[in-house]
Amino acid sequence: MKLHEYQSKQLFAQYGIPIPRGRVAMTASEARLIAEELRGRVVIKAQVLVGGRGKAGGIRLANSPEEALETATQILAMQIKGLPVRKVLVDEAANIQSEIYLGVTNDRAARRPVMIASAEGGVEIEEVARTAPGKIARIHVDPLLGLREYQARDLAASIELSRDHWRAFIDIARGLYDAYRECDATLAEINPLVVTKAQTLLALDGKMVVDDNALFRRPKLAEMRDLDEEAPAEGEARKYGLSYVKLDGSIGCMVNGAGLAMATMDVINLAGGAPANFLDIGGGAGADKVAAALEIILADQSVKAMLLNVFGGITRCDEVARGILIALQDMPTTIPMVTRLVGTNEDEGRQLLAEKHMITATSLMEAAEKAVALARQGAGA
Amino acid sequence: MSILIDKKTRLMVHGITGREGLFHAAQMLEYGTKIVAGMTPGKGGEWVLEGKVPVFDTAKLAVEATGANCSVIFVPAKAAADSMLEAADAGVALIVCITEGVPMQDMMQVRAYLDQKGTRLVGPNCPGLLTPGECKVGIIPGHIAMPGGVGVVSRSGTLTYEVLYALKARGLGVSTCVGIGGDPINGTSFIDVMEMFEDDARTESVVMIGEIGGTDEERAAEFISDKMSKSVVGFIAGRTAPPGKRMGHAGAIVEGGSGLAVDKIKALEAAGVKVAAHPDAIAELAADRSRKARRRTKR
Repeated sequence: MKLHEYQSKQLFAQYGIPIPRGRVAMTASEARLIAEELRGRVVIKAQVLVGGRGKAGGIRLANSPEEALETATQILAMQIKGLPVRKVLVDEAANIQSEIYLGVTNDRAARRPVMIASAEGGVEIEEVARTAPGKIARIHVDPLLGLREYQARDLAASIELSRDHWRAFIDIARGLYDAYRECDATLAEINPLVVTKAQTLLALDGKMVVDDNALFRRPKLAEMRDLDEEAPAEGEARKYGLSYVKLDGSIGCMVNGAGLAMATMDVINLAGGAPANFLDIGGGAGADKVAAALEIILADQSVKAMLLNVFGGITRCDEVARGILIALQDMPTTIPMVTRLVGTNEDEGRQLLAEKHMITATSLMEAAEKAVALARQGAGA
Repeated sequence: MSILIDKKTRLMVHGITGREGLFHAAQMLEYGTKIVAGMTPGKGGEWVLEGKVPVFDTAKLAVEATGANCSVIFVPAKAAADSMLEAADAGVALIVCITEGVPMQDMMQVRAYLDQKGTRLVGPNCPGLLTPGECKVGIIPGHIAMPGGVGVVSRSGTLTYEVLYALKARGLGVSTCVGIGGDPINGTSFIDVMEMFEDDARTESVVMIGEIGGTDEERAAEFISDKMSKSVVGFIAGRTAPPGKRMGHAGAIVEGGSGLAVDKIKALEAAGVKVAAHPDAIAELAADRSRKARRRTKR
């Protein structure tokens, strides 16, 4: 789960990391009010969960409350990479001398956290990694020991930060690591961390991604989820414990198991079609879950054909068939459906669906080819 | 011969009184796995599965009383890290964690601790292990595989079942099937299993099923090219997955240009691995390779 900049910075502040004075606004007049309180120059920043806000014109300076009103009005009317801007952060503008990058994330390959720093702040770290890999310093952290003071000092020395700022940098690095640990983050990033002309360090921008699997023990963070920022069907799927990702194609897929679901998408592609979604009903899904899944898929107007691919292990094919029948009763459809049921109770499952005029297939390739042909007919009609 | 588990495996089931734990313990027992103990705090002294398996309050007590040398974990995600650590402290050599949804920071700590103790972990979020005809630890349906010479290693569950089923349909048996799981931080990697298959006398060739996310497959490709004499057939799921989106498995995500299916396929092919274009073709290729391998040994 991604957090907004304003949420991430508020969390950072709780760990002693200095952030600019400022607040989030839902309306332009609110933004004006905040600018009045802050006095002087402010920066108005679109709060959307995508990168590249600055380039899109979603981050702009305002010299007066009137200008803040005008700028906020414009930004709140924007869409950035397809996402409407619903909130802006109004921050005191900083006098920047130099910009640093500081972040901590899980290194999958090393199986431990890695803290990354660079003197090239203010641009995406992936970009720096491509253009100037020598400018990036990394330190792996023992998850049982946590980040030690000397490690933070090593980073400061590696990026040739002036010694005057080491104390402040070390405190910020340790604060960031603690925030990462205690929020169960998979990424906590300050970019840029700036040295101001007044010779202080300040976290101008912040980003945090929280491990969805840890939200059960972070109820306050779970409440921070911005429901406006996800496709409604993805939220609906989550309620039923289904994994669903909306895609651009016309063939709705329902599969048990993530690997098999991905492979099913790939085979549809090989057969010349395009999947409308990724959907994993998980292991041992009951009829109610299957019914919910089918309703989510059929609610998508771009679906022209359906492919049901189930390999029964723990999941029983008859249970899946029963779920399909329930959903079809609630939601009759003319969308053609190709079904492939293999494994535990496959005969019972096939019998249950026999009366429903479904197209059956034995191999995955055959199922995909049939679904692609049907989707073409559906799109032509 | 086989890897990781065989007839000598003495299994302890964590969470044996839970719905999942009990169901799969019954299946494992039926398959012939020696389940010597169950573990559920507060239920010590009870017997389950028609009085065949004693339940203990702690892993330490279970190991002392039964000599269990392998643990399989079915407890809920919030308790899974504790169960893995408890099993390791009790002295079992191999832990298989089926549980899905274990927080990543828990896994980093567990991994660091288990590495210090020298305990092997398979999973989490995995279907477990199957040595056909001898022992099953986890949830892989037993009837879909038969004993033989193909070693199977995979990050997926049901996709692996598809492959086992197709191998059996072609008369190909399996030495051991290892589900390493779909999480980003896990216990056993492709390379670990490849090393074991390379050293295992029964394994003649290997099927490896990967997916998008991370660089485990790329590193395995390096190992295959440098160290492996046995032939490997591969498949990578997720060619059509969009970047930045998690595809069901916590570890299946393309991030910052890393973890792409095309890169993995390229790396494997460069290492001499025959990569199947679709799942149905995996068993075909494996059958083809195994025929060639047999011809070579006959000559």
